[in-house]
Amino acid sequence: MRWFEFMQRNWGEVLELTGEHLLLVAVSTLIAVAIGLPVGLLLTRRAAWKRPVLAVANIFQTVPSLALFGFIIPLKYVGGIGWHPAVVALVLYALLPVIRNTVTGVEGVERSVREAAVAMGMTDRQVLRQVELPLAAPVILAGVRVATVISVGVATIAAAIGAGGLGTLIFRGLRQYDNRLILAGAIPAALLALAADALIGLIESRLDVRRRAARGRSKRDALVLRTAAAALAVAVLAGGGFAVWRWSAKADVKVGSKDFTESIILAEIFAQGLEARGLKVARRYELGGNIAHDALVAGEVDVYPEYTGTSLMSILKRPPSTDARAVYETVKSEYAARFDVEVGPPLGFEDTFAVLVRSTDARRLNLKTVSDAAPHAPRWRAGFGQDFMSRADGYEGFARAYGLQFSGRPREMDLSLSYRALAEGQVDVIAGNSTDGMIATLGLTQLEDDRHYFPPYEAVLLLRRDTLERLPAAREVLQKLAGSISTEEMRRLNYEVDGNKRPAADVVREWRRAKGL
Amino acid sequence: MPSTDNTVVHFRRVTYAPPGVGAPIIDALDLEVQRGETLVLLGESGCGKTTTLRLVNRLLEPTSGEVLVEGKDTRAWDAIELRRRTGYVIQDAGLFPHFNVGRNVGLVPTLEGWEESRIGTRVEELLRLVGLEPEKFTERFPAELSGGQRQRVGVARALAADPPLLLMDEPFGALDPLTRAALQREFAALQKRLNKTVVFVTHDVREALLLGTRVALMSAGRVVLLDTPDAFLRSDEPHARAYRETLAPLSDL
Repeated sequence: MRWFEFMQRNWGEVLELTGEHLLLVAVSTLIAVAIGLPVGLLLTRRAAWKRPVLAVANIFQTVPSLALFGFIIPLKYVGGIGWHPAVVALVLYALLPVIRNTVTGVEGVERSVREAAVAMGMTDRQVLRQVELPLAAPVILAGVRVATVISVGVATIAAAIGAGGLGTLIFRGLRQYDNRLILAGAIPAALLALAADALIGLIESRLDVRRRAARGRSKRDALVLRTAAAALAVAVLAGGGFAVWRWSAKADVKVGSKDFTESIILAEIFAQGLEARGLKVARRYELGGNIAHDALVAGEVDVYPEYTGTSLMSILKRPPSTDARAVYETVKSEYAARFDVEVGPPLGFEDTFAVLVRSTDARRLNLKTVSDAAPHAPRWRAGFGQDFMSRADGYEGFARAYGLQFSGRPREMDLSLSYRALAEGQVDVIAGNSTDGMIATLGLTQLEDDRHYFPPYEAVLLLRRDTLERLPAAREVLQKLAGSISTEEMRRLNYEVDGNKRPAADVVREWRRAKGL
Repeated sequence: MPSTDNTVVHFRRVTYAPPGVGAPIIDALDLEVQRGETLVLLGESGCGKTTTLRLVNRLLEPTSGEVLVEGKDTRAWDAIELRRRTGYVIQDAGLFPHFNVGRNVGLVPTLEGWEESRIGTRVEELLRLVGLEPEKFTERFPAELSGGQRQRVGVARALAADPPLLLMDEPFGALDPLTRAALQREFAALQKRLNKTVVFVTHDVREALLLGTRVALMSAGRVVLLDTPDAFLRSDEPHARAYRETLAPLSDL
């Protein structure tokens, strides 16, 4: 059972992330109840507000979770990345079931009972506390139960904005095509959801006065309930305490990364360089989409690795350009002017589309460049990833630039599968990532883009200027890393992590030692 | 606020129309309830008898005119105080399902801040009064009672703080005929002992004649006849005649 071995080796991290997850869910659900219950009760007193308020809560819940996390980042006070904005988003999700069930529960109290309560001379507050709330409690709790289970699920997405939790493992597993990692995140998350559901269900049935009346009081039930509640409290406190301690640790520099292996490795290289100079580093890795950029601008991270072509097109929204120098200069001056961010010197390699053939073919036909290969293309079958087929700087322009005519239409396949298809001779040419570790291990050769069709994607580090001013050591590290990583080295580092499944921190430590850094 | 006047409840040209709806349910109603009497409001569904009752303890407020309780306009009363000194019994009892019988009966004394032991004694006394053994019933929940038992608890709860005025809205309406008859007899006997002022709503003419000191026959938001049961039986008023005809024994048909 490979998965169990895997869990044995990694249980420490799984436990830690489970703790973070639990705290995230517990805190956000408690806040959602603290807000949703009074709001729900108010709505039972102010009928006119009911529809608009429920409509707003409804809207929050229909926003796709990743989008909601995205919207929250630029907001002042509640926004940003990490723990707080994740809690804000989870609260927004949990509000609707709490508010709606509070309203439904209170309105579900029989008319005659409410009327009797008023007629007996109870004040509104007494009617609420002694009659409506106890009778509505099971329905309200059912809402809390739904909110909690939803939160356990949505909290996995919170990893995308650096809030930690079990989603970290799931995202990592998706990236590395490693099912063990996905399961290591998904199974504890599912267990958490089931446990929360069962526990709150138990409390719910205890609070149901009708059932309790019919059954009488059972001491065993109370014991089970108390034990379960105590276990949950201990788990939340332990996990939460650890998570809070970790998050609140004071750091000199917050290093971010995007959510793929190479970005994490580059971030780790910088982070270890800072630590070697005695600085305290907080790691905010695996930020999805353009969240890393937003976080940098908002000051939630001080630095993250980026590619000049991505900055030019995705962030600055400029048309593609093939001149690496010009792209770098444009990005550098625009970032300084618009974001007060310094673009570090190029790290030494590009991560761009790589036109790959089998090394045996390259030797036999003496192929060095894409132009060399063009005459052979009519006898070749091509296999390209969906991304390459659809991008502005992808297949169509590429074929036109080199006058390529393949045998038949290129097969569209998953990028990672295309490497294997090429190695096994099912296709003869693919477009991979130039730094992918599989290029070396599968015996593939990259053909030079001699007509410079692909825009340059030079790897650089982006740093906030105020951080550089504050910490001269950061500039030293930056200068030292200039031109220090070749394409081959980057492929090897990527392969160590993706292919050999080793932790990025270990791989980077070895590399630094070998480099004498 | 004791009154030297013998009128406990006094409706003076009271009109009540629910907010937003034009047609009044109660239309220029004049009515006096004397101390110690049981005034029965008799009428068909929708004639306004329940609304009349709800105007007394200020569950509703009149659209125009005034309702005086002990000589004081209900709107001048503190609503909470007025309700705590007015017993209230409704059709399906309206017991709190999450309170046991003891807590249900002791509700108003608890709200009034009585001492624990005094409440316990009072609950016991009341349960005996309505024919329920305290040892057997105090700890039970409403779901564990029969319809008749629930209604007895409802009456006990209304009497708990010894209110001078008792409002009863078809209290025995949902019971089977035998249980209803038994409770009617017991209530009649109870009323002789307690001598409360009672306003009693029913659509059952037998019940009205059995329990009422006076019967107020209502139709379309007005009192069309107000008299003793004997006078009611002799009246030529068309509604009263219609009700009387329903009383014809089966053998006459």
